[in-house]
Amino acid sequence: MSKERTWQELPKGAVSYRPSMEYKTGDWGVDAPKIDLDKCVKCNMCHFYCPEGCIHVEEDGTPVPDLEYCKGCGICAKECPVKAIEMVRK
Amino acid sequence: MVEQKLMGLNGDEAVAYATKQVNPDIVAAYPITPQTIIVERFSEYFADREVDTEFVAVESEHSAMSSCVGASAAGARAFTATAANGLALMWEIVYIASSLRLPIVMAVVNRALSGPINIHNDHSDTMGARDSGWIQIYCENAQEVYDASIAAWRIAEHLKVQLPVMVCLDGFTLSHTMENVMTLPDDAVQKFVGERPFIEVEGHMGKGELRLNPEMPLTMGPLDLQDFYYEHKIHQVDAMEQALKYMKNVDAEWAKVSGRSYKYVEPYLMEDAEVALIGMGSMMGTVRHMVDELRAEGVKAGMIKLRLFRPFPVDAIKKAVGDIPVLGVIEKCISFGAPASPLMEELMTVYYHDKEKPMIANYVVGLGGRDVSPDMIREAYKSMAKIKKTGKVDKLSTYIGVRGD
Repeated sequence: MSKERTWQELPKGAVSYRPSMEYKTGDWGVDAPKIDLDKCVKCNMCHFYCPEGCIHVEEDGTPVPDLEYCKGCGICAKECPVKAIEMVRK
Repeated sequence: MVEQKLMGLNGDEAVAYATKQVNPDIVAAYPITPQTIIVERFSEYFADREVDTEFVAVESEHSAMSSCVGASAAGARAFTATAANGLALMWEIVYIASSLRLPIVMAVVNRALSGPINIHNDHSDTMGARDSGWIQIYCENAQEVYDASIAAWRIAEHLKVQLPVMVCLDGFTLSHTMENVMTLPDDAVQKFVGERPFIEVEGHMGKGELRLNPEMPLTMGPLDLQDFYYEHKIHQVDAMEQALKYMKNVDAEWAKVSGRSYKYVEPYLMEDAEVALIGMGSMMGTVRHMVDELRAEGVKAGMIKLRLFRPFPVDAIKKAVGDIPVLGVIEKCISFGAPASPLMEELMTVYYHDKEKPMIANYVVGLGGRDVSPDMIREAYKSMAKIKKTGKVDKLSTYIGVRGD
């Protein structure tokens, strides 16, 4: 747990005082995807399947997982048609 | 004080009439005995266009409370009423209402929980909800029901409080018994409740009122994990402490308008009392009657009516109890497997560290609507007299009026 506000400093009613983008959930995961770019055919299936929407695609089609949000579910590795993604310990 | 009109109302009608005068934005309710009259009467007011309320005829109590949560979150005044199994069915949303700090008002017509099925009065339903984060006011008669049904809005919406309120009234004994009730004119009630005020909170888009507003979006009720949930629970602890501080101001304001003043705790003949009962609800009228009888016989009897159970008014209770040697706790509820019933346990807790404290005994009565007769109350006072004489409490809990030892 990072240094967070005290109860007196938090808004009442359990209202979120910051957008969800600022609430990093990457540390929930045990595993993270490691993409072998030699095998990757840039089909972007991993990007579409990622339930967190945290695999970005660069202009040339290269997928880049954002580990600050990746929860390590492994769906990308499962769905990759060329088995270019391996789940490794974070 | 404003001019008042005397009406013949039963407890349920007193709730419905007071709520009509408050004219809330929505009423979402499902009928359940002995609360049904509240919903019936209110639906008549709605049909006759006597209120501007949106009347939502929901398919269950779970939906009733859900509707109230949604409406209250959107800034509306939301009311519902239920009893026993209805309260049980709305359980998860009851907790959500209080944790989101939504000032909903709910009349709970106290009824025994099934099973076996029983429609009559005891306090097992709302006592079960004592940890739900709602303020709980227990009424002795229809007048108190009327008054509490109006004051509850100001308590719930108080900027320092922001908590939902349960107005508890005994099933049948109050709900279906017609009494004289002094009522205020509509405009006096409207003036008293005013408009619902809002607290300011910091949302992810900046500061705004705690309500859903497209101009100023807020996230209410999000996933709240190990890193924040605990702090938000402390908010509720604090809100209850604030409620204890500020409720008396609302009661005082109501006294100014209505001429009827209420305290958290109402002692009767306690100054020189040697034995006294403390308890809640309609049976306290019978206890007061028995205190008078006992006094006439020379017994130094007293009693304390507890009107507010949540937040638990520790200081007011201790002040009322004073230095009495024996205190009996009369309750219409059993906590199965517990050392004693809820009110007894809480009193034992607040007195544990005190050097000077009364001997305390628990008397359970009236489950499933069994009549709490003057004789049963007399039995409790007799038992307390014995405790005073022997100087010890042999039995923590006594079940009065049950067949068999």
